[in-house]
Amino acid sequence: MARVVIDPVTRIEGHLRIEVEVDGNQVKDAWSSGTMFRGIELILRGRDPREAWIWAQRICGVCTTVHALASVRAVEDAVGVEIPDNARLVRSIIAGTQNVQDHIIHFYHLHALDWVDVTLALKADPAKTSQIAQSISEWPKSSTVYFKGVQDRIKALVASGQLSLFSSGDWGHPAYHLPPEVNLLAVAHYIEALELQREFIRIQAVLGGKNPHPQTYLVGGMASAIDPNETESAINPVSITLMNQLLTNAQTFVRQVLIPDVLAVAGFYRDWFEYGEGLGNFMAYGDYPSGSIHDPAGFTFPRGIILNRDLSTVHPLDTKNVTEYVTHSWYEYSEGDQVGKHPAQGETKPKYSGPKPPYEFLNVDEKYSWLKSPRYDDKPMEVGPLARTLVAYASGNEQIKKRVDAVLSQLNLPPTALFSTMGRIAARALEAEFMADKLTGWIQELSNNMGHGNLRIHDNSKWDPDSWPKSCQGFGLEEAPRGSLGHWVEIENKKIVNYQAVVPSTWNAGPRDVHGNRGAYEAALKGTPIADPSRPLEVLRTVHSFDPCLACAVHVVDASGRRYSRTVPAI
Amino acid sequence: MIIPAGSSVLEACRRRGVSRRQFLEYCAAITATLALPASYAQVVANALSQKRKPVLVWLEFQDCAGNTESMLRSAHPTVEDIVLETLSWEYHETIMAGYGHAAEKALERVVREEKGKYLCVVEGAIPTADGGVYCTIAGRTALDIANEVCTNAAATIAVGACAWDGGLVKSNPNPTGALGVQEAVPGLSIVVNLGGCPHNAANTAAVLVHYLTFGEMPALDPYNRPLFAYGQIIHDQCERRAHYDAGRYVQEWGDEGHRKGWCLYKMGCKGPQATYNCPTVRWNNGTSWPVKGGHGCIACASPRFWDTKSPFYDRLPQPAGFGVDVTAGEIGWTLVGAVAAATAAHGIGHAVKSHMHPPPEAEPVETHEKVTEDK
Repeated sequence: MARVVIDPVTRIEGHLRIEVEVDGNQVKDAWSSGTMFRGIELILRGRDPREAWIWAQRICGVCTTVHALASVRAVEDAVGVEIPDNARLVRSIIAGTQNVQDHIIHFYHLHALDWVDVTLALKADPAKTSQIAQSISEWPKSSTVYFKGVQDRIKALVASGQLSLFSSGDWGHPAYHLPPEVNLLAVAHYIEALELQREFIRIQAVLGGKNPHPQTYLVGGMASAIDPNETESAINPVSITLMNQLLTNAQTFVRQVLIPDVLAVAGFYRDWFEYGEGLGNFMAYGDYPSGSIHDPAGFTFPRGIILNRDLSTVHPLDTKNVTEYVTHSWYEYSEGDQVGKHPAQGETKPKYSGPKPPYEFLNVDEKYSWLKSPRYDDKPMEVGPLARTLVAYASGNEQIKKRVDAVLSQLNLPPTALFSTMGRIAARALEAEFMADKLTGWIQELSNNMGHGNLRIHDNSKWDPDSWPKSCQGFGLEEAPRGSLGHWVEIENKKIVNYQAVVPSTWNAGPRDVHGNRGAYEAALKGTPIADPSRPLEVLRTVHSFDPCLACAVHVVDASGRRYSRTVPAI
Repeated sequence: MIIPAGSSVLEACRRRGVSRRQFLEYCAAITATLALPASYAQVVANALSQKRKPVLVWLEFQDCAGNTESMLRSAHPTVEDIVLETLSWEYHETIMAGYGHAAEKALERVVREEKGKYLCVVEGAIPTADGGVYCTIAGRTALDIANEVCTNAAATIAVGACAWDGGLVKSNPNPTGALGVQEAVPGLSIVVNLGGCPHNAANTAAVLVHYLTFGEMPALDPYNRPLFAYGQIIHDQCERRAHYDAGRYVQEWGDEGHRKGWCLYKMGCKGPQATYNCPTVRWNNGTSWPVKGGHGCIACASPRFWDTKSPFYDRLPQPAGFGVDVTAGEIGWTLVGAVAAATAAHGIGHAVKSHMHPPPEAEPVETHEKVTEDK
């Protein structure tokens, strides 16, 4: 057995280390470790809860905006304010835009190079690439001349001897299976997607002044003023037109480029519908309310749990069943490290006990990560686009079921094929398409409200901290692009006294718990084929299929060991 | 067609159907961001027509990757032009092809073979408490890596508040002993700090182009921030300034004044205390900036802003002359304080250290083939 280390895991957000044990040509066991810690929740203590979102947003700049939304929802829950309909729509547009944006960037810029050999694109016949492109899509950039131009650009890069971002790739690895022509197609779309993401995200600049880290949330609503007759309002007919135009371009790109590309890659790598399954347990808090955030029945993404790959039953979800373990994490609990604790009663004392740097291997029998191990009802869960898709599919959501079934029938696969590395990729692409369609409706609703004279964007009733109870507690849930996200806040005398985030990549990338149960990455890596242990590209494929975000995943609650008696109510 | 080794930006542009005129227009846009005289556009064009590309490595430590994402939004030049044509961008965890040992080797190679020649960009703070265990990459601490890679670089560029002065990570109580690059690795000969949360890629691209053009960094303020980007008070450049002078304020979120784009001073805007070119360069290809979006400025490009400018919704102390017509200088510079005033004394907005650069002589860009002019 050989121990193989991947550190840094690149093309992700943050600092992730994977150690795997390889026996023959297969992964026998795996350990996932987050190697960076900042302590943002500690820093939040003592601050004005109304600005918590500005701080919390900086938990992550890739999934920017998602922590701002979860944070502002948590504080609104604590102080007791409902937001106006326009604010709900603006939030949905920002979050939905983030979802589509992240999914596009993930496939092309973070994941594609696991499947696409850039250097093979040089051997492609551009005329054949053009034929392939035109056979799978209406996308107009598909001429021989166009692909020849892209190929020339890559040729020049290679000929210069300075390959820039591509200089350290695993080119020539035996696990790459795409024909040269498809590689060229993918490289062209890698470059086009860079342009698309730059343009599309301007929607967030329109609504929030900038991206990354848009600056427009308020406890009680949003700061993007709305007025059909004012050119200086963030939302007016001109900005609605611009957003619609940017969205239409992205929608077209998702339909005509992303989806056909994902299907093409899936067709050449069908065996990856058999690897990378993992836990078989899936969780979604659900999100995108059609009315109040306290009414999950109106959510676009339904809430629920799927256990043991059984799609016949969607179990109800109750956040009081969420706990976190630190048995294998570099923290300690005052009652000992064997217990699991609910976030609202959380406690974290960072205590590094790993090897002294520089080190070669982690001691995986002891503590080995800055991530905790979140569990639902003591079970590890996978979260993310696949979990959302499966919960919606099993809940009988027609719009999502229709899309999923169409793709499965095109690939001639059963629904259980989704429990896999390639299943995650397919679910993410389908979700991008679904969200892009939803966005059209939300922008239309916002425009209609404006047209009917509904200009309300903020509820001022709880803006003044004097209007708050002396002490209060709340939480905000969200479906971020990478999965279920929750922030918990406690406020006393107008200040934050405790804050905690339990984030998607902690669910997925966390280490083992007290029972030795693996986290989602660790479980999914078992059985991964390895052609060459010195270049474990296949490990990256499965890890990347989760779209890791490690800055999000590492957090700390409260170094003082504070206790809370209140139990968070079931929702 | 076989492209000869070592192509230039201009050649690359040509292959993609970009005319010489369009290329020069782009050079003029960069020149304007840098607040250089228009005659410098030709110098920029000449520099970008060079053959061998300078190497850049981008290190990420205690970061959120927001500065990486901001760089991906760069429009002039585009990120694809920067990473494929302008520079050889050989290490950047978030977007590089290589991983694990291959990634480590890529960085080692640059430090060894490009010693003293490469640019090093740093994103995120560097933890120094407890032996640096709060951030390790390939088993090495961030501090260890920064010491080696920054020290051997031609210049280090700290992007975002965290790399500049520790940013949010260093905020009270600074649980990990986080520091900005300059503090963590003292004695670096050339450091440029591009504060902001995140940095604005328009400024960073301009700094890179300036370096490629002149072989040195633009003129800096006492915080090592480029004057062209950090030399002016936001309040003085704000499109809502006239409302401030005339006493028209947003009183409540969503009120008539908010919808009409009145001044956000009473809602806690820190614009009068902040310097940055946010209002003029704006974000996301000039689309907007926070105040235009309807929210106050949080002074994210100011020193230690997380600790010094929060609470963000408390209004600033009432300055003299509040609410009546006063000159920009009277209010703004009083509030920003001595450091910014020193900046003003340098003469705002000129990126070039004038004594080092005689007026450029127009040297035509070398052309090897007839280029089609656009209509």
